[in-house]
Amino acid sequence: MASLNDYLLVSGLLFSIGLAGVVLRRNIIIVFMCLELMLSAANLTLVAFSRFKITDNGLPDPSGQMLVFFVITVAAAEVAVGLAIIVALYRARQTIHTDELVSLKG
Amino acid sequence: MPSYLFWLFATIMLIGAVAVIAFRNPVSSALAMVTSFVGLAALFIGLSAFFVGVIQILVYSGAIMVLFLFIIMLLDLKDEKRRSDSLAPLAAGLVLVAVFFIQLVGVLSHKLPNQTAPPLDKAVLAAAAEGYMGGQGDEKVPTKISTALESGSLPDVHIIGHTLFTQYNLPLQILGVLLLVSTVGVVTLSRKSAAND
Repeated sequence: MASLNDYLLVSGLLFSIGLAGVVLRRNIIIVFMCLELMLSAANLTLVAFSRFKITDNGLPDPSGQMLVFFVITVAAAEVAVGLAIIVALYRARQTIHTDELVSLKG
Repeated sequence: MPSYLFWLFATIMLIGAVAVIAFRNPVSSALAMVTSFVGLAALFIGLSAFFVGVIQILVYSGAIMVLFLFIIMLLDLKDEKRRSDSLAPLAAGLVLVAVFFIQLVGVLSHKLPNQTAPPLDKAVLAAAAEGYMGGQGDEKVPTKISTALESGSLPDVHIIGHTLFTQYNLPLQILGVLLLVSTVGVVTLSRKSAAND
């Protein structure tokens, strides 16, 4: 059986990889995908805590899985809006590379 | 879930995640992301969260990643040119990530309580059935959840639905409003504005 530490470690690794992608990549779509990876890492933590916490009746705590359900739904809405913004950005500037979007730079 | 299966799926998930940021072609990145999410869904199912695992496959690897692929093809993105990046942002990013990970390992090096998952065998499931009985007062009417628990299976979807529509009813309705608002927002954003053209 994998322990709670193993799950948290794997989830932390996934979060670190997502963070690295957000910081290192210049393509805004990849940055967006890496944000999704970070959300998923948080979901894994929540489900692991839900399984390892015993409630009064001995079943996994459903509250953790409820939060995951809400996170996934909000993420779906966020992806739809974010991608619409990216398409609007591409129409206006013909680029989605963060290096070339410098109009706010002083 | 046996330990080797945990490590197998965790490795699939992490390799997929690394491939997302390693590939230059956005389509390859998106497909690597699907791999990563399938591994993650397997981990969820291993944690007896069947509903979340199925939703992860349906919503994430199904709907969201298809949306990503659709946008990538709509914008007709080419492979990213290998540009001579200045070293400073690269080093800063890697140091940030390394510091975060070292911090995490430091925290996790202390053993947490509940090292092994609490058992979910037939005895535990049957004992939990009592709490899900329906009926008024002393009269006990078996419900779908309690019947399934007594027969020794975990009715994960039923329990989630039960919790969702009793304890979390208001957040669920707010979520419906959020989805409606985001749909309207997406339509507004993607409409070509008459003023610009």
